[in-house]
Amino acid sequence: MAKFGFYFDASACSGCKTCQIACQDKNDLPVGIRFRRIYEICGATWRQDDQNTWVPEIAAYNISVACNHCEDAPCVKACPTQAMYKDDNGIVAVDPKKCIGCRYCEWACPYGAPQYNKKLGIMQKCDLCRDYLADGKVPVCVSSCPMRALDFGPLDELQKRYGNQTTLYPLPDGDLVGAGWVIKSHPAETKAKELSARIINPEEVKNG
Amino acid sequence: MARQNRRDFIRNSVVAGGIALSAPVWIEKAFGIEAGMAVASHIPRDGWVNLGCPAHNCGGRCLLKVLVRDGVITRIETDSREKDTAADPQLRACLRGRSYRKRQYHPDRLQYPLLRTGRRGEGQFKRISWDEAYDLMASKMLEIKEQYGNEAFHVPYGTGSYSHLNGRWPAARLINLFGGSLDYYNSYSWAAISKATPTVYGTGVCGNQRQDWLNSKYILMWGWNPAEMRDGTNSEYFLKLARQNGARVVCIDPRMTLSAVALADEWIPIRPGTDTAMMSAMAYIMIREGLVDREFIQTHCIGFDKTQMPKGLENEESYTDYILGNRDGIPKTPVWAAKITGVPAATITRIAREFGTIKPAMLYQGYGMQRRAYGEQPVRGGCVLASITGNIGIPGGWASGIALQPGGGPFWSIFPTGINPVKAKIPVFLWTEAILRGPELTEKEGLIGVDKLSTGLKFIWAVASNILINQHSNTNRTAEILRNEDLVKFIVVQDQFLTSSAMFADLVLPACTHFETWGLEDGWKYGEEVFVMPQIVEPYGESQSDFAICAGLAKKLGLAEAFTEQLDERGWTKRLWDEFRQLRFPELPDFEEFLKSNQGVYTVPVEHPEISFADFRRDPEKHPLKTPSGKIEIFSEQLFRMDQPVEIPPIPKYIQEWESPFGPEADSYPLQAIGPHYMSRVHSTHDNIDWLQSAFPQRLFINSVDAEARGIEDGDEVTAFNHRGQIHLPCRVTPRIMPGVVSIPQGSWSHFGKDGLDEQKNVNTLVSERWTPLAFGNAQHTIMVEVKKR
Repeated sequence: MAKFGFYFDASACSGCKTCQIACQDKNDLPVGIRFRRIYEICGATWRQDDQNTWVPEIAAYNISVACNHCEDAPCVKACPTQAMYKDDNGIVAVDPKKCIGCRYCEWACPYGAPQYNKKLGIMQKCDLCRDYLADGKVPVCVSSCPMRALDFGPLDELQKRYGNQTTLYPLPDGDLVGAGWVIKSHPAETKAKELSARIINPEEVKNG
Repeated sequence: MARQNRRDFIRNSVVAGGIALSAPVWIEKAFGIEAGMAVASHIPRDGWVNLGCPAHNCGGRCLLKVLVRDGVITRIETDSREKDTAADPQLRACLRGRSYRKRQYHPDRLQYPLLRTGRRGEGQFKRISWDEAYDLMASKMLEIKEQYGNEAFHVPYGTGSYSHLNGRWPAARLINLFGGSLDYYNSYSWAAISKATPTVYGTGVCGNQRQDWLNSKYILMWGWNPAEMRDGTNSEYFLKLARQNGARVVCIDPRMTLSAVALADEWIPIRPGTDTAMMSAMAYIMIREGLVDREFIQTHCIGFDKTQMPKGLENEESYTDYILGNRDGIPKTPVWAAKITGVPAATITRIAREFGTIKPAMLYQGYGMQRRAYGEQPVRGGCVLASITGNIGIPGGWASGIALQPGGGPFWSIFPTGINPVKAKIPVFLWTEAILRGPELTEKEGLIGVDKLSTGLKFIWAVASNILINQHSNTNRTAEILRNEDLVKFIVVQDQFLTSSAMFADLVLPACTHFETWGLEDGWKYGEEVFVMPQIVEPYGESQSDFAICAGLAKKLGLAEAFTEQLDERGWTKRLWDEFRQLRFPELPDFEEFLKSNQGVYTVPVEHPEISFADFRRDPEKHPLKTPSGKIEIFSEQLFRMDQPVEIPPIPKYIQEWESPFGPEADSYPLQAIGPHYMSRVHSTHDNIDWLQSAFPQRLFINSVDAEARGIEDGDEVTAFNHRGQIHLPCRVTPRIMPGVVSIPQGSWSHFGKDGLDEQKNVNTLVSERWTPLAFGNAQHTIMVEVKKR
């Protein structure tokens, strides 16, 4: 049994959202349901001088997140009907027969991964393209990235290759939930907090 | 034990019992397509097909893997060739290509020919048969030819369908057989840059193959945004590789673009239209501090200073004269440039020193800055900076300018359109002038081939073109011109949707998509590849391929045989494929075998990237440039002889634009607006795709400084307006744009209200129809506006 995970290189992500659309296509998702979302993080101050010039102090980068199939998955814990479960490969998935669409998992998840499908009245989410894994293929988002900013594999391998970082401002500490991913920061992250960087594209990541 | 590759490892690591191995849920019928329709024998009913992407003029050419089930496209993936090397990288499609299914099965697809019933532009149509459509079109063509002659016909620029076989090419071929039409030169993309680059180098082929970017140590990404417009599939990826090799990348742009975030070490915001001022100030520092490559200038350039002026022009103003202010009394110092550009003098000085000392360096200029009032100037200015730093003809350097690729490059179109018996050509952007006052146009408006036109335009046949309204400047003016049926007598629009342009047609012909017919394409600007695009599904409704539509019309006109040469779309695709083998790729496999292999793309790995001007660099006497002097013309005698020193100076100069934050127009309209390419569209194509709209909604982007001053909050509906019109759209308040500048991505579809005015979200409603002085090009990003909360 391998525990799989994603690698995300924030320094290389342009925020083009090809991964998001590739996922929507693969999973036949309607508008408003995004198993993978791209958060645009930005904070800045602008200074004008007497020459009428403008100088920004700016931090901007993107975070592409699907589901991190957490070791200690809060969504699984929050689910009152045991519809949200972890399979033998550590993949967190929804059993549509058991899901009652109460959306507790959505509230519990620090990454916004579970998506509510209004039409079906249930939650849906990233399952790491497990039909592809069985076929020896990587998840569709990973092979889609024009910047090669995503990778996928057994988590221990990814950690060997890319390190153990699981947190990126302003996301919560990934270690608290055993988030199954590895991140490389964007250089701008170092000044993101002092510039009060925040998600500036809320409607583009909103479920519904 | 045999070594496992990664793919096997993933497969073997999966606990089979834990996974439902059932097939994904297919929803063939979600789009209302009946499975089990009769299909042609060559169309695959099931399975993955590899083919070229896109069918439009985006800046890429990628590989799509399309899954067909029961004659319906059910999924789209991209290049997954095992190897992904710099020499032969995977050609990964972007979000636009990945969303094609939504376009293919869009409920608004045109299904049958439509005839206008209301007044022109009102958008009222009735369904007619193909036979009626052909009869009507043929009779109008003959009638107008009889009355006005062939100069009255025009097949406008259009890139909505851009395979080598489909799009406007077959229409151009047919109309040439019919006696010709008023032709155009230049493009809406590259007018100024394609005209201005050869004034410096004698050619536009001045780029290096992209693998060479990995040799660069310093890259100025000047108004260049490959992550959004791509500019060749993988250009953004090559920049990532260049940085991994140690290149420092600085982005100079009014917007902190997707490229600035992911590809640059630093973003320098600059006021639109002032690039040449910053370039001049950089030259000032480099001259003052001895950072120019004196030896290279001496041996390879003319016009740099008074010691190397063309014969007889020794007393004219040299580049150094201009930069130091020897004639006009204005030294082009960083302090001078700071007030104009909005870039602090210290920053300009630092960038000048970096560019002057880090070798080899690239100044790669984007195309937005040349679609402006004096768009020729930053092109020449960029070329001059590249030259005086000696970054010409060397690995890791870059000559700037249009930078077409040495050693081939794409053909753009290989389909034989034949010879146009009409010799007259207008600049592509001036077709509305040819409607309004054709016979009055002269060389002053860029007319070539004849002294005078015999008529204004009377018959327009727009194929895969949204130029008629949407993509041309000043949409309200254009609409008014087209509404007048005394001017253009008959308008045909051939497309896949009822676009803004199609709303102004007398006859609308439904064209099929690239999935529904045959075609082929080659790399965009840079690529070393050719793609085949086989038909994989049946045409939608009664739609036909652009080729088939023209063939049907040719029959009515008695030109069938000459037009088709007895080949269908597949036959032509094979013929063009063979042409590629003749002209470009000698190793190109046999067409039938290649189809069978289902590779979709043939690529030539670039192991040793070619460098433009390497021979010239080595021996300028033996390998002179194709300029009049044989050297790099910092001073152009040709331009000098045009005798328009204010707007067409012989050396690159900063010229204040005709709409500018420094002009009186700024009192009423103080904000500069720019209309960049957008992630959710290829120009106006894909504007109706909901996945893309939700990923990148059409908006006005405004800095928090300007928003606050106007009481505007993020997400508010705003109105952007000037004396030409107004548009309404939601806004995004963002720090990622310079104060004083708003961005309204181009390509959103116009829609005209009852008052006849376009008040949708199309930036072109606010744009002047005035053209650039040298190239007669579109200056569509030179716009002043005001913005208010709605």
